[in-house]
Amino acid sequence: MSETVADVSALIVQTLLANPKVPRDINGSSKIVEDLAFDSLAVMNFVMEIEDSLDVSVPLDRLADIRTIDDLAACIVSLKQAS
Amino acid sequence: MSIFSKYDGLAQSLAAVTADGGRNPFAVVIDRPLSSTVGLIEGRETLLFGTNNYLGLSQSEAAIEAAIAAARTHGVGTTGSRIANGTQGLHRQLEERIAAYFQRRHCMVFSTGYQANLGMISALAGKDDYLLLDADSHASIYDGSRLGHAQVIRFRHNDPEDLRKRLRRLEGTPGAKLIVVEGIYSMMGDVVPMAEFAAVKREAGAWLLADEAHSFGVMGAHGRGVAEADGVEGDVDFVVGTFSKSLGTVGGYCVSDHDGLDLIRLCSRPYMFTASLPPEIIAATMAALDEMGRRPELRHTLMDNARRLYAGLNAAGLRTGPQASPVVSVILDEVDQAVRFWNRLLDLGVYVNLSLPPATPDQHPLLRTSVMATHTPAQIDRAVDIFATVAREFDLMRPAAATA
Repeated sequence: MSETVADVSALIVQTLLANPKVPRDINGSSKIVEDLAFDSLAVMNFVMEIEDSLDVSVPLDRLADIRTIDDLAACIVSLKQAS
Repeated sequence: MSIFSKYDGLAQSLAAVTADGGRNPFAVVIDRPLSSTVGLIEGRETLLFGTNNYLGLSQSEAAIEAAIAAARTHGVGTTGSRIANGTQGLHRQLEERIAAYFQRRHCMVFSTGYQANLGMISALAGKDDYLLLDADSHASIYDGSRLGHAQVIRFRHNDPEDLRKRLRRLEGTPGAKLIVVEGIYSMMGDVVPMAEFAAVKREAGAWLLADEAHSFGVMGAHGRGVAEADGVEGDVDFVVGTFSKSLGTVGGYCVSDHDGLDLIRLCSRPYMFTASLPPEIIAATMAALDEMGRRPELRHTLMDNARRLYAGLNAAGLRTGPQASPVVSVILDEVDQAVRFWNRLLDLGVYVNLSLPPATPDQHPLLRTSVMATHTPAQIDRAVDIFATVAREFDLMRPAAATA
């Protein structure tokens, strides 16, 4: 298992695009709250889906520092390397 | 720039809710209760189906008399925290009574149920520990997790298998794992599969805290909650709950058999840095606890009433939560429709709770009702009729065979 930040970021974008309410033009630098118009609950629910795809748990306290999709991808990669 | 400008969006949402002369659903005034089940709202007698007063004990004669007597002998306030300003004998008595009711060795009481969760969760799970929270947890549980320093992991609602998976990912990590579940979930009224969670907890060597706020006095042969009903009280390390629902007063508690509970008094900020429960509330709570223990029929009537309301609303073609419990929620699709529906119910004499996303699961607005042991069958039938009338006005009757 050696996903890069780019790999994980691409997977997150792909997962998000499965939701028809998400804007079509998102990329790694899109801001999760502002650009996707997600509320706190929607963010947590979407992170749960990503966790299952990548078999990793992202502690909620880590989410506080995450603004963009790339931030989330970098966080997940570091969590996977630590485990 | 105003300090309130960050709430411009909230102000717009509120304006949309109250447009067209609608009421502010979060500012309803019950001028006074006429009984546990009827209140005076806008000058009209209104059926109360949204007060969480499950056993009707907020109007218990015994509790009222006990409160008056305690106020006469002890005064009306404690004016300080137990750690800084002293414990009163009544606090000790209440803790002994609650511990005895739950057949546990220890009890700590808090000034509210919210603070009980905040105080226990933040103090139990430290920096190197893990908190595993049900996704649909009450705000007090999430807030407790933010007040402490543990790593917080969320598992899918009422899904022991999902929890098992997340615990497996933590195998080999140092630190205690504290699982937090609720007995009855307050939005949809669904009940936790406590025995299954207890099994996962045992396998993983984790700790289990159950918030029985809505199930205390409601579930189990003696009203000790879902853990009692499922026969797994021995697996639940900490039971947290509130006096403000089935006992009709205010305050929170945690009971446990672990001797360490006493240490939490010295490190739980929501316990240490707030005024303790006042004498009249303690006395009323103990009287209500006596009454609850003496009158098990209240629980049976409550569940009969819950089934009557649940069946009635479903028969009226409305969509509800997954099971009959003292919390019965009607699930709607659009916020605007839910707001208008809620206003019509109040026009016609039924008070329920309007619950809006993101406080609700799955982004659906809810018309949340809570049932009481003291509702008469006629009152429940009347509420169902009014729901059905409004549903017809809104053309919401769905064919019985249709699925959501």
